[in-house]
Amino acid sequence: MNKPWMTVNDALAVLRGNLGVFQLADSQDQVLFIGFAGANSAFGLKGVVSDLLPDIEQVSQVRFEVTTAYHTRYRELLMLHQADFGALPPANPPLTFKLGKLSPA
Amino acid sequence: MDLNLTTEQDMLVGMVRRFVKEEILPLELNLDPDADELAPTDKARLIEKTKAMGLYGLDIPPVYGGPDIDLVTRTLLAVEMSQHRAGLYAPCYGTFGGAGLAQLFEATEAQKERYLYPALRGEKKGFFGLSEPSGGSDPARAIQTKAQRDGDHYIINGGKLWISGADRADFGLVFARTDADKGRNGVTCFIVDTDTPGFHVRRVVHTLRSAHYATELQFEDMRVPADNILGEVNRGFAIANDRLTRQRIPYAAGCIGVAIKAQALALDYVPQRETFGAPLSTRQSIQWMLVDNEMDIKQSLWITLEAAAKADRGEGFRKEAAMAKLVATEAGGRVVDRCMQMFGGLGVAKDLPFERWFREMRIRRIGEGPSEVQRHVIARELLGASLR
Repeated sequence: MNKPWMTVNDALAVLRGNLGVFQLADSQDQVLFIGFAGANSAFGLKGVVSDLLPDIEQVSQVRFEVTTAYHTRYRELLMLHQADFGALPPANPPLTFKLGKLSPA
Repeated sequence: MDLNLTTEQDMLVGMVRRFVKEEILPLELNLDPDADELAPTDKARLIEKTKAMGLYGLDIPPVYGGPDIDLVTRTLLAVEMSQHRAGLYAPCYGTFGGAGLAQLFEATEAQKERYLYPALRGEKKGFFGLSEPSGGSDPARAIQTKAQRDGDHYIINGGKLWISGADRADFGLVFARTDADKGRNGVTCFIVDTDTPGFHVRRVVHTLRSAHYATELQFEDMRVPADNILGEVNRGFAIANDRLTRQRIPYAAGCIGVAIKAQALALDYVPQRETFGAPLSTRQSIQWMLVDNEMDIKQSLWITLEAAAKADRGEGFRKEAAMAKLVATEAGGRVVDRCMQMFGGLGVAKDLPFERWFREMRIRRIGEGPSEVQRHVIARELLGASLR
C-alpha cells in the first residue's frame, strides 16, 4: 500500500463509512495489523478501525484505501507482507483460509 | 425428444434444491456479501452431507470414484447449485467437490499417482495456465512461453496472465511452445510443481470479481522433467481445446441458475412493492421485463441441455457448447440487469445479491472465450471448409 501514513487522530478525523482496507503501524512504520472493512461492518472503515485501536498496543499510525474489492486487496496485502517479512503482521490472528504465495519482482 | 425430467433426475434436482435452501442460504446470511469460501468447519460438515447424498465429485469418472451421472443430469444439478449469492463462481462453495483438472485423467500412471490422486483426495490443488498477456482466446497463436529441451528436462521461460489459484496451488498445467514454426501443433502441456525454482507468482490481478483474484505468473529458466509432459510433445493444443469446449456447458449452467434465482426474487418482490398506489406487478413495463427474463432463461436452458445431451451421446458438441456459453452468459446478464432495475435502489445495494451477480455475470461474457470467439466457433462449424 502506498498511501501516506497518518497519525491515529488525523486518520479518525478523515475516515468515513467506506468499504476498504487498512494497515495499523507503530511509530517506526512497522505494520502491526492488516484488516478490511467489508459490507457487513458497521460504519465501514471508520467503525472497524475505531473498534480495533483499543485492542492493539503501540498503534500510532494508520493508512487506508477505499475499495469495494476489499476481499482480494486484503489478501493481496497479507501476501505482500508475508513475502517481505516471512510472517503475518504480529497483531493479525491466525488465518482460517489458505493464504497464497506471491514473489513480487 | 422428451423434455421432461426422468424420475431419477427429478429426485436428484430436488435433493440439491433442498441442500441449497436448507444448508447454503442460511449460512450465506451471515457471510460477507463478497465471500466465496465457507468457514472450514462448515465446509467439512457440508462435504460429509454431499458425500452421504452420493453427489460428491460429480465430474469425476466412476473409475476414479465419481457417482457416474450423465452430463445432462449434471447440468441440471449445476443449475440448482448456483442459485445463491456466491453461486456463479462458487456454487455451493465447492461442497460438491469436482474433478479439478480433468485433463489429468489422461495422464500416465506415474503422473496420476503424483498429481491426480492427491488432487481427488483434496490433498493437492492445481491451476490451469493457458492465457498469456498476448491473449487467451487464440492459444494456438498467442502462446509465447517457450520450452526448450535440455537433456531429460525442458527449460521454460515466459509468463501467464489471468490464472486463478496459482498462488495457492501445488502444481499446474502450463502450456508452452515447443516448436516455433508449427502453430497449434507446436504447443506442449507440462505439469509444473509450484515449488520449482524459477516459478513466480508475480502479482494479483484485481477484477470486477471482487471475491476472487487472478494472478500473473513468470517463468525464469524453470526446469521441468520431460516426464512431466501431459500427453505428447506438440499435442498440448488438443488438451487445451478439449478443456475449453467441455468447460462451456457448466459455465452456461451457472449463468442459468443465477438467472433463475434472480427471476424468482423479482417474482416475489413485484407484487409486494407499490408505486403510485399500485403493485409493480400491474405495470406492463415490469411484466414485459419478467416475460423477457423467462424467455431468456428457457432459451438458455434448452440450448445448454441440448449440448449436454449431444456430449452424452458421444456426438460432436463444439458448436452446441459454444452456443450454450454464448446464449446463457448474454441472457444471464440481461436477466440480472432487468431484475436490478425492478428492485431499484435495493438492486444495487449489497443487501441483495444482484450487484454481485451483475459484476460477475459481466465477466462471464469474456471468461472461457468471449462472445465473439463463441460466434467465431459457431460460424466455423456452420461454414466448414468454405471458411478456411
